[in-house]
Amino acid sequence: MGFHVNAQQFDQWLAGLKEDYDVYAPVCIRGGSIYSDADCIRYGKIDRIEDVVFDKKSEYSFKEAMIPVSETLFYFTEEDCTVPPARKKGAVIFLRSCDLSAVQRLDDMYLGNGPEDFYYERIRSRIRFVLMGCSKSFDSCFCVSMGTNTASRYDLCVNVRTDGFAVDCPNREWAEFFMHCGCEEQPVTPDRVTENRTKVTLPENLSTEVYRASLWDEYNKRCINCGRCNFVCPTCTCFTMQDLFYTENGKVGERRRVWASCMVDGFTDVAGGGSYRKKNGERMRFKVMHKVFDYKERNGYHMCVGCGRCDDICPEYISFSRILNRLEDGMKEVSGS
Amino acid sequence: MTQNRYLPFPSRILDVIKHTDIEYTFRMEFSGEVKPGQFFEVSIPKYGEAPISVSGIGENYVDLTIRRVGKVTNEVFEHYTGDTLLMRGPYGNGFDLDNYRGKELVIIAGGTGVSPVRGVISWFGDHPEERKGMTIITGFKSEKDILFKEDFRRWRNQMNVILTLDAGEETEDHKIGLVTKFIPDLELADVSLAQAIVVGPPAMMRFSVQGLLARGFKEENIWVSHERKMCCGLGKCGHCKIGDTYVCLDGPVFNYTKGKTLID
Repeated sequence: MGFHVNAQQFDQWLAGLKEDYDVYAPVCIRGGSIYSDADCIRYGKIDRIEDVVFDKKSEYSFKEAMIPVSETLFYFTEEDCTVPPARKKGAVIFLRSCDLSAVQRLDDMYLGNGPEDFYYERIRSRIRFVLMGCSKSFDSCFCVSMGTNTASRYDLCVNVRTDGFAVDCPNREWAEFFMHCGCEEQPVTPDRVTENRTKVTLPENLSTEVYRASLWDEYNKRCINCGRCNFVCPTCTCFTMQDLFYTENGKVGERRRVWASCMVDGFTDVAGGGSYRKKNGERMRFKVMHKVFDYKERNGYHMCVGCGRCDDICPEYISFSRILNRLEDGMKEVSGS
Repeated sequence: MTQNRYLPFPSRILDVIKHTDIEYTFRMEFSGEVKPGQFFEVSIPKYGEAPISVSGIGENYVDLTIRRVGKVTNEVFEHYTGDTLLMRGPYGNGFDLDNYRGKELVIIAGGTGVSPVRGVISWFGDHPEERKGMTIITGFKSEKDILFKEDFRRWRNQMNVILTLDAGEETEDHKIGLVTKFIPDLELADVSLAQAIVVGPPAMMRFSVQGLLARGFKEENIWVSHERKMCCGLGKCGHCKIGDTYVCLDGPVFNYTKGKTLID
């Protein structure tokens, strides 16, 4: 069901959500950039629709609002382990179609791929999604190539218009609000981009043979294995378990899981000093192949959603989409044709 | 509601068997389904968790042979009989004994690699009617690094045992040389049907498998077990992933036809 909604009406709706939900959206953090005197667009809680940044891409993904960077699994005392209570409120998260596609990847990892994850499930079951229509593509986006420029599983979709917002609201409970506050009904479909400046073509014959290609060697030097690409990626889910304690005698503390990066040293370390993928080029190959090859072997569709955030964040100007476009030559090189 | 699989349970240490200065077997209270080759996440609050493979299974206990090489395992060694450790698991697929029933069996293991196969060796040692000829080739660095000395005494009466050390003097009990040295001379009734298990450090596994293939073993009759960092054991944390494979879920035991495709 579609509506034309003005800012005031939108804010009323947001106010009504407050009791049950925290609302997260891309916001502008003044001076929050890694560069001096520059702002950062990342996820934060909002009260009003004008807080939402629609005209820029968020540097960090919605993942921050959904999966805590550091999550306490349980507290321990000498005798007991106590699981912290679930968040009091659910969450409403504003995100674009690439990111909504990423939610499916997170679901498949945490709810599938082995047993269902207790901590993810209890957060996920209380999240509602607001799709932000995309009227234009940003520079590094390649959602069209990855087939993530459309999304359907949303509770509400919002397109920005000069005189307000065009809203599609499949969530019936929410739709009642817009009906009752006098929003004009109109058919609304999510704005979406149909062409990106960045295009990616993956070779159809892509296989693990490409491990042997020379293209990876370049990243031994160029990549500084800082892991930023993993932390901005909406589909990266890896974590590491971590114990910490509050008291001198170490008897009281907590076990956490914290985001981890396959690019950073220590990711594969086993007891006694063994480790795998020591070169940065090997790590790059591991990450790239996970995003566009082996995840698909396991789940039937690509992990990468083409949001391009890894391109934007890389301090060495390494372009992930460029690597994807080099895979074809890589396959030619190893197959000798 | 979804079960919280990250919560460990306390398990009492029933016995501690000292093999070397840095390798002890902790006999832990446990009742439940468990197979050799599977692993537990063993933890001590404040120090963290470590994946430890099952080296023995008995009524109401599992043996965990632990090498003192890290933050967690250092602390485990400060615990004694009667103390408790936290555990969760078992995880992984483990060895399926059915794959080796009625067959000739060769097991090649290096160092702590003997732990995950100890259950397999003991079971087929105690049940000779369940298999044909059996040879184990086990390698350790030196005499003081030999694990499971008591088991070896029993195993020597049950099967063909080759115990070899990297360096030192050859004696009646052990030979000198890498495990690969003894593969070409393996005496087998029918190599095309014989099964082999290889567990140990990556280089040792690679060269042992090469040796077995050269000796005429079929790829599908070779089994390997991989050691990787496993933070969660549940297919989530990503540390043990190799290509499309999660060692904690799909392994750690792999048939070599699959194992050979795993490139880190």
